[in-house]
Parts: sequence; C-alpha cells; structure tokens
Amino acid sequence: MVGYIIRRVLWIIPVLLVVSLITFVLMKSTPGGPWDREKELPIQVQANLDKQYGLDDPLPVQYIRWLVGWPTADGFQRGLILGDLGPSYRYRDRSVNDIVGDGIGPTMQLGAMAFLLAVVVGIPLGVIGALRQNKIPDYIATFISVLGITTPSFVAATLLVVVFSIGLGWFPTGGWKGPEYWVLPTLALGLAPIAAVARYTRASMLEVTRKDYVRTAHSKGLRERSVVVVHMIRNALIPVVTILGPLLAALVTGSFIIELLFSVPGIGRFYVSGIGQRDYGLIMAMTMLYAGAVAIMNMVVDVLYAYIDPRIRYS
Amino acid sequence: MTVSDDPGQTSGSPAVSELPEGFQVATEEGRLLAERLADSGRHARKLLEVKNLSTRFYTADGEVHAVDDVSFELDYGETLGIVGESGCGKSVTALSLTRLVPDPPGKIVSGEIIFDGVNVMKLSKNEMRLLRGKRIGFIFQDPMTSLNPTLTVGYQIAESARIHLGMTRKEADDRAAELLGKVGIPRARDRMRDYPHQFSGGMRQRVMIAIALACDPMLLLADEPTTALDVTIQAQILELIRSLSDEFGTAVILITHDLGIAAGMCNRVNVMYAGRIVETGKVDDLFEHPRMPYAWGLLDSLPRLDEQRGERLRTIEGLPPDLIDPGPECRFAPRCGYARDVCREREPELSDRAEEGHLARCFGTEPGGWIK
Amino acid sequence: MATRSTTIEGPIPERKSSGLWKDAFGRLVKNRLAIVGGLIVLLFAFVAVFGPFIAPFDYKAQDLVAVAANGNRPLPPLTDGHILGTDRLGRDLLSRMMDGAQISMTVALVVQVVVILIGIPVGALAGWFGGRMDNVLMRITDVVYAFPDLLFIIILSVAFRETWFGRALDGLFLVFVAIGIVSWITMARLVRGQLLSLKETEFVEAARAIGVRDSRIVARHLLPNAIGPVIVAITLGIPGAILAEATLAFLGIGAIPPRASWGTLIEAGNKSVRSDPHLAIFPALAVALALLSFTFLGDGLRDALDPKLKGKQ
Repeated sequence: MVGYIIRRVLWIIPVLLVVSLITFVLMKSTPGGPWDREKELPIQVQANLDKQYGLDDPLPVQYIRWLVGWPTADGFQRGLILGDLGPSYRYRDRSVNDIVGDGIGPTMQLGAMAFLLAVVVGIPLGVIGALRQNKIPDYIATFISVLGITTPSFVAATLLVVVFSIGLGWFPTGGWKGPEYWVLPTLALGLAPIAAVARYTRASMLEVTRKDYVRTAHSKGLRERSVVVVHMIRNALIPVVTILGPLLAALVTGSFIIELLFSVPGIGRFYVSGIGQRDYGLIMAMTMLYAGAVAIMNMVVDVLYAYIDPRIRYS
Repeated sequence: MTVSDDPGQTSGSPAVSELPEGFQVATEEGRLLAERLADSGRHARKLLEVKNLSTRFYTADGEVHAVDDVSFELDYGETLGIVGESGCGKSVTALSLTRLVPDPPGKIVSGEIIFDGVNVMKLSKNEMRLLRGKRIGFIFQDPMTSLNPTLTVGYQIAESARIHLGMTRKEADDRAAELLGKVGIPRARDRMRDYPHQFSGGMRQRVMIAIALACDPMLLLADEPTTALDVTIQAQILELIRSLSDEFGTAVILITHDLGIAAGMCNRVNVMYAGRIVETGKVDDLFEHPRMPYAWGLLDSLPRLDEQRGERLRTIEGLPPDLIDPGPECRFAPRCGYARDVCREREPELSDRAEEGHLARCFGTEPGGWIK
Repeated sequence: MATRSTTIEGPIPERKSSGLWKDAFGRLVKNRLAIVGGLIVLLFAFVAVFGPFIAPFDYKAQDLVAVAANGNRPLPPLTDGHILGTDRLGRDLLSRMMDGAQISMTVALVVQVVVILIGIPVGALAGWFGGRMDNVLMRITDVVYAFPDLLFIIILSVAFRETWFGRALDGLFLVFVAIGIVSWITMARLVRGQLLSLKETEFVEAARAIGVRDSRIVARHLLPNAIGPVIVAITLGIPGAILAEATLAFLGIGAIPPRASWGTLIEAGNKSVRSDPHLAIFPALAVALALLSFTFLGDGLRDALDPKLKGKQ
C-alpha cells in the first residue's frame, strides 16, 4: 500500500515533465514571435525585447530556464519548479506570479464550491434514482443529469443569467463581492459535474443491487435501510471515486470560462484573454499550473481509491 | 457451547415488551409468531409444511413455471435433500420458503408455507424479515460473491446477532469470534477483522456458515454449498454442516445436484424435475429402490468403480422441458424409455410405493404398472 | 433398469432466438428516447448536408440597411423573413445556425473517423499482443491522460493558428486534428481493455485448443464481442467532440469567422444577452439539443447491446 503511494507520487514527475515539454514545444513552434500581435514594433525594439526575455537563446536553454532556472549575469533566474512562473508577454509590469497570486483565491474557492455541490447533490440524486428506478424521483434525477450533460458550462451560464439574474433579479450578473455573487457561477460550473456524479452513482448502485451479497444481506433479515446504507452504498461509492479525478480536471478547465462570464476575479479570465492575445508566457505558465493541479488531484484520488477499497488496501 | 436463546425463555407466554424492537403484532399469525419467538422448546408438529407451492417468473418470453405445485414436510432437526439437475426448481423452492424470490419478475402464486406453526405467506414484510436470519439461515452457493467485500468478516457475522438477538457490539463480537472458531477458522479473534478476500474459498464458505448460524436458527437452507469448492474442501464443509446441525438440532434442507452428497448427508430426499417433485423418500429407500425412471437415470449415470475403462458414460438423452407452458403430460415422458401413451396424456400423481414415506410420480411403477 | 437412449419425440422445445443484432435492434426500437434522439440526429445530419441549399439566407450575407433601419439593433425573431432574427450585422440567425450545424456534424464525423482508424487498430494491437507494445501504449496514454483534454486542445489550437494548416478549411482542419489527437486515445484504451479481458475468457482458450489461428480468433470471436462497447463509445464520444469544438469557437480559436460555429454565435450572443437574448438562446438550445440527442441515442444503443446494464429484465 505504501509502495503504491510512493509509486504514484513518483509517477507524476515524468508525466509533468512530458507535459511541460509538449507545452514548451508547442508554444515555441508558433510562427512569429510574441510581439507580432501588437502594432508594429521597430526591429531594434523587438530585438531588445527578445534579448531581455532571453528569447534569442538556444531552445534547450530557454526550456531549462523556464522550467528550472538559469544563471543570469547577476544571480539566478528561477523557473517554474522553483516557484517563478515567468513573465507575461503582455503585461510587462506584472509577472505571472503576480497575476496568479491575485486571483488564485477566488478561483480555488469557486472550484471547491462547485466540487462540493457536485458531491453533495450528485450522490444522493444517483442513489435515489437507483432505488426508485423508473419512478418519479428517478425521472427527476435523470432530468437533472441530462440537463447537466447537455449544457456546456458557458451555455448553462448564459441561461442561468438570463433566467435568474436578468429575468428574476435574484442574483447579480457578475462580480465576487459576497455570497450572493457565488451562487450562479457555482451552479454554472457545477451543473455538469452534478450530472456526471449522479449518473455514475446511479449506474453503480444499480449494479450493486444485483450482487449476491445484497441477497445475503436480505437473507439475514436486515432492515431495508441497513441493507441499503451499510451494504449497498458503501460498495456503490467506491467506483464513483474513480471519476472524481476527471471531474476535478473538468472543473479546472471549465473554471476559466465561467470566471470570464461572471467576471470572477480569479486567474481564469487572464488565461482566456492570454489565449486571445497570444501571450505565450502567460499561456505556458498557466497551462502548466492547470495541468499540474490536475495531475496532483488525480494522484490524490488514486491513492484515496486504493485506501477505501479493502481489496486493494490489504493485498 | 451454550447459546443464549431469546429473552423470556423461562416464562410461559411472552411479554410483548420482550419482543424485538419494531416487531408488530398486527395479525393473528404475527401473534403466534411472537409466541413462537419467545418460546424455547421444540414442539411436536412438523417444523416445515409446504403445501402446493407454486412460484412463477414473468418474463418477456412468457410465464415460467419454476416451481409447480410442490408439497413436502420437514421434521425438527431433520436433514432433507432436494436433488435435481440445473433448472429443476430446487433453488427457487428454497428462495420461496423465505420469500426471497426477486419480485419482479418472480412471484409465489399459490401455496402455503407453514414454518413452526406460522403461515409464512400471511406475514407482513417486516414480520418475515424478523424470521429470516433469526429462525432460518441461508447458505448460498458462491462464497466469493455472497460476502460483502467492504465489510470485515466479524462485522458480517455479528450483524445478525445484533439485529435479531439485541446484543451489544461487544457481545455480538464475542459471539462472532466464537462462531468463527466453531466453523474451523484458526485464530478466530484475529481473523475477525479481516476482509473476505483475505480468505480462501473454503474458508469463506465457513464464514457463510457462521453467518447463517449466528442466531441459532431452527432451519438451515443450504443451496449447493459446495458446488463452487474443491472436492477435498467439499467433504470438510459438508462434515462441518452435519456436525453443527447435529450439535444444535438444526434442521437442514440441502440442495444439490450431486447424488453422492445427498446420500451422505440426508435423512430423506426429494427428487425434483421440471419444477415438480417426482420422487421422495428415505435416503436408503430411494437409493436402493428408486421408483421413477428419472431417478434410475440419475443413479445410473454415476460412474462406478467397478466399471470397465473405456465404457461409455451413460446419460439421460434429451433436454429438460421448457417450463413456459408445460402441457398436461408427464414432464419426463419425452426422455423416458418406459413411456407409454398414458404418460403422454396425463401427468401421474405422487403416490405411495412399497416402503413407508416413499412416493413416486410415475404410472409405470404404480401397483399394477408395467415396470417391475 | 436404465433408461434407454430414445429418439426425442417431437421437436425439442426451444425458445425463439434471434441473432445478437436483431435482439439489440428490437430493444433499441422500443426505447422511445433513443428513437427521438436518433431522429433528431438524422435531422441535424440532413441540415449539415443540405444546409447551404435550404437555408433562407446566405450565412455570410450582411444586411446593414435593415439593422440601421431598426435603430442599429439586431432584428428580433420573425421579422422580414428572418425566422430567428438577425445579428448586429444583419446576418440571418437561422442560416448561421445551420452553418453551425454543418460545422458540428462535420467535426463529429471526422473526429470519430480518426478515432476509428487510429484508435481501434492501436488498441487491438496493444491488447492482443500485450507485452512491450502494450506497455508503451499505456505509458503514452497515461501521459496524455494527465494533460486535461481541453487544455491540450486549446494550446494546440493556439500554437498553430497562424500556420497554413491552421487556416485550412476555415480553421476547421486544425480543430479536427486537435480534437482527434486526444480522442483516439480513449478508444484505444477501451479496445485494449476489451481485448485483454476477452483474451482470457474460456471460449478463446477453447478456440485455441481446437487449433484456430490467432488472427481468426481475433476477427471472428473477439472483435464482434468488443464491437458493442465500441459503437457505444463512438456515439457517446460525439457530444464531447461537439462540445470541444464549441468551446474552441467560444474562446476564439476554432472556426474562423465569418463561419458561424455555435460557439462563436453564443460568444457573440452573450455580449448582448440583456438587449437581444435571442442571439444567445437559440444557438445555446441548438447545442443542448445536439448533445441531448446523441446522448440519448448512445444510451439507447448501450442499453440495447447490453441489457444487463440497464437494471430491467
């Protein structure tokens, strides 16, 4: 078990390395430099900027500098791993670190709330749907699931805003100044995850219903509630943990669109505008940030899974 | 080992306050059941009387007559075997006794099941639940899948004791450890905290036995308990079942397709075919003087030590009938070498044969029949 | 004393049994949701193919005069033959949505073709031969898995936007490639998994014991069994592809305007959602409808091909 954990932790390293390589290579293969977008800069200014940002160094050097660090004339320029996310090519006066530092709070808060929503609403929805299969509660649960699957987050955001903000005026359209600002973004971001969790839980419960040990539990004369909670849900939830990984990944990638639409002061909108403005420094750094976050969360989920399933824990 | 029986065993009639929590005494049958549960001694009537039990499955292809008008009895402490090939209805019979037939698609359509004087069919769902586990224990065929993989073995055994006998956690755990030892698991105390996958197949079946016997039931239903196990383990498990049932006076219904097992374990045997009982009697009578061609075929198909090598194994030709719309004829007639016209017109009744308690369903072997 | 071997009198009673596909088709047809989904899918496909011919207007055609006459506001639905209204440049929304349908359906088709052509063979090879080939595949897929799909698609699109092939087919070629690259991996893993588990089953052992050649085993025994989940995966993978394309368009790195991907329409519509909600709502509904219908169809196929999963008898 401990060996398993160690192996998983060590596995992240090569994975992130390859991810960083791919990101770096892709960004560097774009034709033209990061300055092309703006109004034409004199060649000399461009050359100076290139030199300043080290863009005229050989590629392997650039890569290592970006990832780990590189000695400069007066000291050591740190890289990603050592905590420096690099410069933004657009916002010359702010580094990516500054941008991320400012916005990471709301982003994490939004992500955490959406995740909690997905679990707290999705699991009971799935359980009820399975227990009352094809009756009214199941149809409601399935309806919500379907809603979540078919509405991409930006569509959900639009509809929610139209109905609840413009239409009913219950919630503000954007900003992050208090709890009432949190509701719509969390819903928009969490709708698809709720659906995924509910669907998966329901399918898992249905499978468990047919297992022999459920029959054994009934043959012992246990109360129905005991059978469901102690015997069925325990087993049904174990496979559900496996989708938490992809779920978190989806939350991460969905977050920046939601942040943009609801003007949430997180890091996401910078990512989106960075994409639009071809701010490669920002794009690279934040892509690594997101990918790294996903990789770590996946690892945590894997370890969690190994922990809660006794068959893996004690073998 | 003394087993603590239900509370109130020394008084005459039960005080309602001594009944397990949540137990309703709504029906007359329920009241009788309540009395039963509070009593300790055994009574002079039969433990189990099954009369005209019919269970059907409603499927997209039609109504399957899985169990068709089956009747039999069981004494206290007796071991009865139900023997037959796959699909003959023996497992469904056992499930019907405790109303565990999945509904849908199955349904007990008719019949009476009188368990220890109580009409099981008239009990409410909750009353039935109280009967299960406490008075009737069940052992299933596949120990791999019949145990919950995410609960410790000790918990699964203690669960019954806590719910039905009202024991505290500690008392139930003690009892579970005791039982685990009794079924032959070494270092029982330690192994209580292990999970099912940490046991071998034979050990898991022992755990199932411990679960089934946790509340000292009056009846043990064993549905092919050894089919999924190695032959050497089979003998151990069967021996265990036999010794435990002797020790506690538990009646056993042993379901199996293996005649050798039936011969070794049972007092009496019911032979089932196509949802009907076709022969029943004391085990010795049946094996020495079978009175129904199907039973002959079964016995004859067993390979014997004194046969020549290279001789063909004898089989019963043909396949069991489709149970969806059984016709009026004897169900074994298509495969029977002794069938005559009457067999294809009507079905014989279970009627007496020479020995006491020996009945068979065959025109040919009735007194005056054509088979000698 | 023994029963003699007798000839069976009369026909052996047998249930009517049909082939796997007939059974499955029968079940599918009974699933009303799946049928509705399937019909809508066909409708979208029809629009995708014949859109340019049956659209009321050219999706690119601007009508600035009409917009100016309307006080510089987009025309609302049901004005002047514009059933769903126009956008700020006077372009008919319905016609643009039909173009979007063409884009979405094309993406769905092309991506799945890539998935089939690359994913299935790779997965089959890995699953059947196991060993090193399998290991290599697994390592590759692990790495690609670690990279969130959308992120990868995004940076791929951003990187090659300005190249010649980034502009090919109105930017759609790049979209196909980007989405295709991440999608075949899932299929390869699925097929590999199927083959791995089927390889160990007893009927393969039996076939081997009789002496059937490996390739024949794969073709006649394994693939037909694996095909069910493959079909389901293809159908259920389509919503993901459509969604990815819409997201790319929404972010401005998908189809190049004036092509009217639904994502582009929604992005533009969001900007004026207060004043002219129809610009956002209709494309949003189109996306939802497309995803819904493919999902229902996919679910229906899955239930039809493996009724055990559904929980009903």
